[in-house]
Amino acid sequence: MSDAAIAHEAPEEHPTSTGLNHRKILMWAFLGSECIFFGSLITTYLVYRGKSVVGPYPSEILNIPLTSVSTFVLLMSSLAMVLALAGFERAAGAAGDVERQQQELKKGRFWLLMTAVLGTGFLGFQAYEFIEFVHHGLGLTTNLFGTTFFVLTGFHGTHVGVGVLWLVSLLVLSYFGKVKPLDVELGGLYWHFVDIVWIIIFTLIYLIPH
Amino acid sequence: MATVTGVQTRERVSAGAAIWSWVTTIDHKRIGVLYFVTSLIYFMVGGFEALLIRLQLATPDGQILDTDTYNQLFTMHGTAMVFMVAMPMAAAFFNFLIPLMIGARDVAFPRLNAFSYWTFLGGSLLMHSSFLFGQAPDGGWFGYANLTSKEYTPGLSIDFWGLGLLVLGVASVAAALNFIITIINLRAPGMTLMRMPVFVWMTFVTSFLIIFAFPAITVALIFLEFDRLFGTNFYEVAEGGDPMLWQHLFWVFGHPEVYILVLPGFGIASEILPTFSRKPIFGYSAMVFAAVAIAFLGFSVWAHHMFTTGMGTIADAAFAGSTMLIAIPTGIKMFNWVATCFGGRIRLTVPMLFALGFLTTFLIGGLTGPMLAAVPLDLHFQDTYFVVGHFHYVLFGGLILALMGGVYYWYPKITGRMMSEKIGKWHFWLMFTFMNLTFFPMHFVGVDGMPRRVGTYAAGMGWDFWNMLISISAFGIALSVLVFLHNLVVSYKKGKPAGNDPWDARTLEWAIPSPPPEHNFDEIPHITHRDQVWYDKYGDGHGSAAELRKTDADADEQADEEHDVHMPNPSYWPLVVSAGLTIAAAGLMIHIAVAVFGVLWTVGAVYAWSLEPASTPSEEH
Ligand code: HEM
Ligand SMILES: [Cu+2]
Repeated sequence: MSDAAIAHEAPEEHPTSTGLNHRKILMWAFLGSECIFFGSLITTYLVYRGKSVVGPYPSEILNIPLTSVSTFVLLMSSLAMVLALAGFERAAGAAGDVERQQQELKKGRFWLLMTAVLGTGFLGFQAYEFIEFVHHGLGLTTNLFGTTFFVLTGFHGTHVGVGVLWLVSLLVLSYFGKVKPLDVELGGLYWHFVDIVWIIIFTLIYLIPH
Repeated sequence: MATVTGVQTRERVSAGAAIWSWVTTIDHKRIGVLYFVTSLIYFMVGGFEALLIRLQLATPDGQILDTDTYNQLFTMHGTAMVFMVAMPMAAAFFNFLIPLMIGARDVAFPRLNAFSYWTFLGGSLLMHSSFLFGQAPDGGWFGYANLTSKEYTPGLSIDFWGLGLLVLGVASVAAALNFIITIINLRAPGMTLMRMPVFVWMTFVTSFLIIFAFPAITVALIFLEFDRLFGTNFYEVAEGGDPMLWQHLFWVFGHPEVYILVLPGFGIASEILPTFSRKPIFGYSAMVFAAVAIAFLGFSVWAHHMFTTGMGTIADAAFAGSTMLIAIPTGIKMFNWVATCFGGRIRLTVPMLFALGFLTTFLIGGLTGPMLAAVPLDLHFQDTYFVVGHFHYVLFGGLILALMGGVYYWYPKITGRMMSEKIGKWHFWLMFTFMNLTFFPMHFVGVDGMPRRVGTYAAGMGWDFWNMLISISAFGIALSVLVFLHNLVVSYKKGKPAGNDPWDARTLEWAIPSPPPEHNFDEIPHITHRDQVWYDKYGDGHGSAAELRKTDADADEQADEEHDVHMPNPSYWPLVVSAGLTIAAAGLMIHIAVAVFGVLWTVGAVYAWSLEPASTPSEEH
């Protein structure tokens, strides 16, 4: 009755009270907890909006077109994630037909790779943005805006980074036949959550005028 | 039979192998014991600190401790009692009991469970290692900004505190997630939510409180450590930062935390009182919904800790109002406990004495609560010994007495032997008497203006007598703890054999041998009623229970198939991951390279953990 045994080997043989998989509920509960985590970070950003006593101020430095592009990239990664999961699920569904299974698996892997690539792309944009800001004189300690901005987006970026690592690991493991659709689904849940958080951050930091 | 052979084989193995088996264990019962022993040690440490504080305060102008040491002692006393005694001791009960009470063979994620314990150990050792460097945390258990800034508290003391708490937070959240999934998903067939023992419900609610409250303090601590380590401006007034941010974030966590502390006590009392009144709990659903209501309301009252900060009349009134509201569900619980005893055939065993002690002292602590929630009164009470009196009544009287009752109640299940009733009665009466003599007078000197967290007071304030009484009584509590330890140890060797069900109790854990076999249940039980074990013994008054049960042929068949039980393998990876986390946290105080090393260690260990098969392949089907 361990986590892995239930998840991989014998979900049918050990029915759970709700019929839902342990790890799936775990992921939902964990993301619920993460909501408060990001909620606290975002609230802090909002409370400190416009309270910096020295510049650079957000209006002088935020590059909205650039970040719109990176936001689009991250959004597309969520689409790729959906396609990846669909591939793995169809592959599992086509258990009898080896050729189709391989085909679907290939698609699943491709989209998994795309998700990771787009995620990495987003991180690239973020790194570029951070470096630009530093060149314009905004560091972590410069003022309240720098402090709250870098810590909030930094923690979000770290979450994306963890997600990329996770996706790549899934991709590699899938070549050893160790990845079930559920594994992809769990990674996907996390990935979509991190995306949604970004939409909120993007709206609140970049789109609402200062 | 399984137990007997289990014990024998354990005795034959070498000491090294025995220790290794504890290090790699993922058995919820053993992890429960680890939690218990560790938190008991911290209880002694925290109690020792309290005694030093009381020695200093026994007479006016005390000379025993200097101010620095005094600050360190009350900070570490408070922090340890909350995070390293109360929470983990409750976790010990969760661990041991939840799978047994819901008819499961383990928790949903046994290795994650081991990880929670080792991370708790790592975080608590990290914080306590500060004593080795003479830099124990000294900013109070709620570490207000900006006293905790680098400017006002240079050195590492606050970093030990902040980073230690961050690690402890990971442990608590991981454990809480595990219990949530376990309770949602591993209930035996027929164990609907409303058939669960009240203790399981309290664990469930507590776990939700943990996963929603801890992120707030995590963020507050991250800000604090960023300010201290990297020079950010979160609590930096000169840069426009606001120390009030800390207070809000801390208490958004802090008030739910007091329910995290006390709900397990509620749960334990709700098991003991029905057993020794030989009646089902009165108003089961009201009990459950009152707890849920307390949990929800608990998130809306945090600023009652901040009346003196000048939030304005509207905010003060709103938070005072929401706080008073909590008295309603709490009152419902009180009423139901009393009604449970009412008209019952009461047996005054030691667990029952502790449960009744809990009821009375918690009532007193509960009554001083609304006094503190009344804003004008609070303006007077804030930071006086009245507050110290109040929260020791709820924490010591509410939680510790209930936990002690729980130890006496379940010790037979855990060890297979009864604790001595005679020594237990000494323990109870000493502890109950001296805890009241210690904490009640605190209200008097508090109303009279004696400040908390100040290591001396002048003679002639009229406080000399009470302080001497408090200090002497504190040593009386210490004596009662020694009696308790004595009882724990001698009963382990010499206690009467317990049998399955020594108390004639009601819940599932009493249907299996004491101590339970590794896999808990030979057959997963089939649940038809609340208090199933009681029902199986006595029926519900309409016909023989055994007959009624036989009709459930399905269940028996299914149970037969379950005979071939295989348990997951032990694993040392949880410990390795916890070590990595602790190293990463400690590294932030040493050198960033060490922190990076700790992170890489953690990541590597997480991979090893995920790739490790949970059970040996031959056992899989
Ligand atoms: C063993 C018996 C205990 C004694 C004699 C005792 C005594 C004290 C005293 C005298 C203080 C106030 C120090 C000051 O303000 O100068 C204090 C503070 C505190 N105690 Fe206890 N205590 C005991 C048990 C507990 C327990 C069981 C808990 C919680 C589960 C607890 C939690 C706290 C907390 C949170 C503080 C506040 C620390 C701070 O001001 O930062 N104590 N205790
Ligand atoms: Cu409170």
